[in-house]
Amino acid sequence: MTDMSNSTTPQNSLLRQDARTIRRNRAETRFKAYGVAAISVGLLMLVILLVTIIGRGAGAFQQTFLTLDVQLLEAKLDKKGNRDLEDIKKVSTFGYAPLMAAALEKKVAQSDVESDLKPKEMAALLSKDAAAQLRDFVLANPDLIGTSVEFRFLTNSRVDGYMKGRVTRASIANDKSINAEQLDLVDALIKDGALEKRFNLAFITGADASDARPEAAGMGVSMIGSLFMMLVVLALALPIGVAASIYLEEFAPKNWITDIIEVNISNLAAVPSIVFGILGLAVFINYMHLPNSAPLVGGLVLTLMTLPTIIISTRASLKSVPPSIRDAALGVGASKMQSVFHHVLPLAAPGILTGTIIGLAQALGETAPLLLIGMVGFIASNAPDGIASGLMDPNSAMPAQIYEWAKRADPAFYERAWGGIIILLVFLITMNAIAVMLRRRFERRW
Amino acid sequence: MKDNIISEMDVTTDKIKISARNVQVYYGENRAIKDVSVEIQDKTVTAFIGPSGCGKSTFLRCINRMNDTIDICRVEGDILIDGEDIYDSSVDPVQLRAKVGMVFQKPNPFPKSIYDNVAYGPRIHGLSRNKSELDDIVERALKRAAIWNEVKDRLQAPGTGLSGGQQQRLCIARAIATEPEVLLMDEPCSALDPIATAQVEELIDELRQDYSVVIVTHSMQQAARVSQKTAFFHLGNLVEYGATDKIFTSPEDPRTESYITGRIG
Repeated sequence: MTDMSNSTTPQNSLLRQDARTIRRNRAETRFKAYGVAAISVGLLMLVILLVTIIGRGAGAFQQTFLTLDVQLLEAKLDKKGNRDLEDIKKVSTFGYAPLMAAALEKKVAQSDVESDLKPKEMAALLSKDAAAQLRDFVLANPDLIGTSVEFRFLTNSRVDGYMKGRVTRASIANDKSINAEQLDLVDALIKDGALEKRFNLAFITGADASDARPEAAGMGVSMIGSLFMMLVVLALALPIGVAASIYLEEFAPKNWITDIIEVNISNLAAVPSIVFGILGLAVFINYMHLPNSAPLVGGLVLTLMTLPTIIISTRASLKSVPPSIRDAALGVGASKMQSVFHHVLPLAAPGILTGTIIGLAQALGETAPLLLIGMVGFIASNAPDGIASGLMDPNSAMPAQIYEWAKRADPAFYERAWGGIIILLVFLITMNAIAVMLRRRFERRW
Repeated sequence: MKDNIISEMDVTTDKIKISARNVQVYYGENRAIKDVSVEIQDKTVTAFIGPSGCGKSTFLRCINRMNDTIDICRVEGDILIDGEDIYDSSVDPVQLRAKVGMVFQKPNPFPKSIYDNVAYGPRIHGLSRNKSELDDIVERALKRAAIWNEVKDRLQAPGTGLSGGQQQRLCIARAIATEPEVLLMDEPCSALDPIATAQVEELIDELRQDYSVVIVTHSMQQAARVSQKTAFFHLGNLVEYGATDKIFTSPEDPRTESYITGRIG
């Protein structure tokens, strides 16, 4: 039996791998392992990034509020008693502060808390923005003057930090803003249920706030700034970029001039964004005298930055339309322009849209050029009331707002910077998801 | 050859439709067509045969100025259709292409509905005044392209969803919907199976009643089956031009004979 099998086994048996094949297979296995390792490292980094961002930023979406019953005394808020809004507006936030202090004192008296704190020290638990909050509320509902309302006040950022574990009894040793007695009162109010953490919509919709009141700062206004910039970019970069690409790709003669233009467009895509910023400063602000810090200028600068991206992706998608379609259109007697607009452009549209959205997403996350045109900094504007003011009034942008918060001293702002990053990422992921969906939806096979 | 003789009797005209005189075509420095002169008759199928790269497609594309779209391509000499020089500076190639339709090697329907594929030409040339006229034009073109029965129930279905042979007949319908006078076909059957090829060939023979058809083909059998006149191209030269049966039975030039018998090409 053994003899027989020996005699039938050929010299180069396929059942036995030769040394060369073994070496080759090992090399392949090694290469696959490198690939898996590289991807794993990448994924690990992504997970760490997301966990860090969400871990640090999620807190910004919650804020500590103190619920108090406030007496809206007519004698203080509307001395004439005729509910005239103009008269009510004359009462500044200083007029409201005593009402809040009284409400807090009453609360402390009601709940059986022993506290040696003076009323002023008690009131320090509330945010410096709380009076403005109440004033806005009264101006919106003047009918409630003279009654008692349950109102949810923002607390000081230290109280908020204490609730979130950022501020501890040990850490306040050198802190002048809050002392141990005040924290005792906070503990009592927590037990009472008046002090609690809640979802803070104002962080998403509100305006930035000054250094002393991080608890009141929000992304909303800078989000509107970003939105107006994106509108400017979309309105300018898409038509200009698509028109330029169509001309270059379909109509322009192929000679050294168009070659130079082509090379330069590719180079423009690689120009650092701050260069576009200083160009915007020189041209739009210093020469054309457009207002500083305006989303219109930001949009123009970002348009310059986005154009190469849009042109490159549009040209690529025009190129990918098979020439047979152009031949077919020309063959039945369509003019060049008809063949482009009736056939080539619709087929290239999904690619153009994808490129545009990716260009917009890039522009949305851009900070550096905004530094130079004054869109980074404390911009204490409220939400614009129309398209003109949205374009021309000073505003910030989401990434600029994040940068601004990140460089402020109070750790409460640091938390808000991470929270802002979460919002920005949600926008970017949404835009990219739309781009992917469009590509999937309209992808064609030839 | 029997088919061929029958169709030979059908030729009713000797009228010259296209007349080329000393045509030279250059791609940059490279001379692709060398001094070609040929007279193509009306209501006749003329086949261009020859080995790959011999310039037959290039010459075909000169007849409706499709070569204009290639930047480096330059045409010298005269090509006259009905006595008019189509390379005259006052001729708009778009108008010319409405008169000289073209069917390409690879079926290339627009990624639109079957109806829109055929209606596109008449629409851009303003051949119909209203929807029902356009419907008639589409129906007539699809019928003449012998595809009406297969698609009449799904005119709104995409043209790209048809089989290869159907797509090519759709492209023929699209080309004849604009009522051209000359139909150029660049290897229309090279991407088709034998059954679809037979259908298209039959169609070409029918189209001869109304058009001057010029077909480029790699298949000598196809040239023999569908054409009345054959031109043999070799290395950019028009070697021999004459009645199809004469070219295939008693060619004058030794190069033609070598090609036909399979020794070159």
